[in-house]
Amino acid sequence: MRNFLRIARKHGIQYVPDLRQAKVSPLFRGRPVISGNITAREAGDLAALCPAGAIQTDPVGINLGKCVFCRECEFACPEKIRFTNDYRLAVNDPADLIVYPGDQEIRVKKEKVRTEIPKMFRNSLKLRQVSAGGDNSCEMELNAAGNVNFDMGRFGIEFVASPRHADGIVITGPISGNMSDALQICHEAVPTPRIIILAGTDAISGGLYKESPAVNRAFLDKYPVDLYVPGNPTHPLTFINGVLDLINRVSS
Amino acid sequence: MNSETYISIQNGGKPVPLARIPALTYDGFRAAMMELLRDPDNHCSLFYAIPEGRNVRLMACIARDGNRDLAIFSHLLSAQEAVLESMATELPQLHLFEREIQEQTGIMFENHPWMKPVRSPNPEIHIDSYPFYRMEGEELHEVGVGPIHAGVIEPGHFRFICHGEKVLHLEIMLGYQHRGVETLMTVADTTLKRSLLAEGIAGDTAVGHSLAHAMITESLAGISVNRSLNIQRSIGLELERIAVHIGDTAALCTDIAYQLGQVVNEALRTTIINTTQNWCGNRFGKGLVRPGGTRYPLTQEVADAMLEVLEDTGSRFIDMADVIYSSPTILARFDEIGKVTREQAAQIGAVGMAAKTCGIPRDIRKSHPFCAYVDQPFVPVVLETGDVLARGMLRNLEIRQSIAMVKEWLRDSEVLGPVEVPPFSFLLSPSSFSLALTEGWRGEICHAAVTDAAGRIIHYKVKDPSFHNWMALQLAVRNQEISDFPVCNKSFNLSYCGHDL
Repeated sequence: MRNFLRIARKHGIQYVPDLRQAKVSPLFRGRPVISGNITAREAGDLAALCPAGAIQTDPVGINLGKCVFCRECEFACPEKIRFTNDYRLAVNDPADLIVYPGDQEIRVKKEKVRTEIPKMFRNSLKLRQVSAGGDNSCEMELNAAGNVNFDMGRFGIEFVASPRHADGIVITGPISGNMSDALQICHEAVPTPRIIILAGTDAISGGLYKESPAVNRAFLDKYPVDLYVPGNPTHPLTFINGVLDLINRVSS
Repeated sequence: MNSETYISIQNGGKPVPLARIPALTYDGFRAAMMELLRDPDNHCSLFYAIPEGRNVRLMACIARDGNRDLAIFSHLLSAQEAVLESMATELPQLHLFEREIQEQTGIMFENHPWMKPVRSPNPEIHIDSYPFYRMEGEELHEVGVGPIHAGVIEPGHFRFICHGEKVLHLEIMLGYQHRGVETLMTVADTTLKRSLLAEGIAGDTAVGHSLAHAMITESLAGISVNRSLNIQRSIGLELERIAVHIGDTAALCTDIAYQLGQVVNEALRTTIINTTQNWCGNRFGKGLVRPGGTRYPLTQEVADAMLEVLEDTGSRFIDMADVIYSSPTILARFDEIGKVTREQAAQIGAVGMAAKTCGIPRDIRKSHPFCAYVDQPFVPVVLETGDVLARGMLRNLEIRQSIAMVKEWLRDSEVLGPVEVPPFSFLLSPSSFSLALTEGWRGEICHAAVTDAAGRIIHYKVKDPSFHNWMALQLAVRNQEISDFPVCNKSFNLSYCGHDL
């Protein structure tokens, strides 16, 4: 019993009090900022360098749905590209995945969220996670979102075992062909209205696997996606903040 | 056996010209395999097929712990000779390798006792057509679990045959995570792409796999990295081990509903992965290891913070672990549960934790040292009982060992020495074969690459320790209560994506 109390005392309070304002390491690779004076030639060179095809040249931009956050473009051209530690990257409009020159925050567009989502899920959102070719780093970060530090359960957001108990699914991984049927069945088992969240670059664009014949992304052609959460892997704060914006939950 | 039967290579050593790899007749190949694997110090690290024009070359890479080397030999087949006699009955550790070769090349292994799909990579054949083992009997029932499991974990299907609550047989069917990594490694046109793919082979072992890839690239490019970088890489690898082992200790506590152990260890894991993030910007160490150098040299500031975290987390972990492993109610749930015998582990060629908990001292850091382990005598933790308790206790002891090692490295005068910036492209040795082994937290990671006459990588093979060890889990749950499956599964914590590639 004495040991128990000593451990509990040392454990102390572990939860992050304000998940909206939490600070992460300055080196964390979050939202990139492209300098306004980047030239077409520089952008072209960086586009050729980018291993994920995330850099576009006309107009110049970085697609966070494709970016694997390796930071090589910044290493090659540090005067023009800089990765900040801003972890708020989630969007509901796929057009907003593209970061253009300038220093613009990335936010969910409230007016484009389906009206039933905040109405029904603001105080309770149960999600079923489906890993479909994911590398287990996104899965571990989604688990961490519910752990003693990030504790998204405080907002009523939880992962549940059965799709029958869920309000939506969170997909990780590029969607392997071998998981495509299971994903479909799982989605259909979720009662309507149901939401779809893509977590991580692999899920959003297929990432480095998009050309692989072992990947089958036909599922995404059939249904609208409610939230895109970039990252390699998605940071728990990126995920939680994105979901809070989606359900229009202002504070704890 | 004469020296022309095989060629001996060192882990991360010079590449071997393809022409120098002995090509034996199949009878000779079989004989060499039998002879080498009779020695309990040896195990099959890799046995796989490389297409060479219209032929196929079967490659065997046998790790010899006593000799601290690998014996490499091969057999060339013409397309006509597509039926071979299986070796899996005599050498069960080859059974999955033969299944993989048959699945990837079409070479048939006659008299294979368990020829079934490994990853079901052909989209024409639905993964659900997998032929499960069946047992008939009025008192038996089957339990199917997956591919989607209850928790936030990767997919795989587990089929139990039970008598009441008792599991008679478990068959694990994988392949749901197959995304074509090995093929993509050869399609990738830059080293950077391959580095990123290597980090994603198993995201929970990003450092272990990206290190194996870096070692192979450096071997083929004929470059060596300095001691400072080797120490930093070893620190990265041990931080990964500490973080996952603490997280697994939390998960074991979750599965037996011991909440204090769960939350304390979850919080402790966070401090370690945040230390990795503080070093390289990623909690899993993605981006830390690149061939030829690093973008994130260890700085005094990061090293000081790391030391502080290791001191604090280390002492808090020890407090917690001492309670966990001395509480009768906890021990009762771990002790004698999910046992694998030493004989079984040796037969299936178990590696890493699955071997070390059964009395087999198999650890690449000792037997085939790499990075900073080369000049540091390493003694692996070895336990005997092969049960859940041993696998939990091994983590407990390895966490302490790894923390001590990292602390010692942080005091090394060379740890903060200058390190290279990774070059963007490498000139690789043409028509060569190279292999690299690392000891990730699960066990032995093996990568092997082959280049063509122009020095392009034309074949890349990856083997995660889970490839050997999934069989250990299937054996562990036999005659156990099905309700003990979660804790058995968690005690191995094997990789789906690392197996499925």
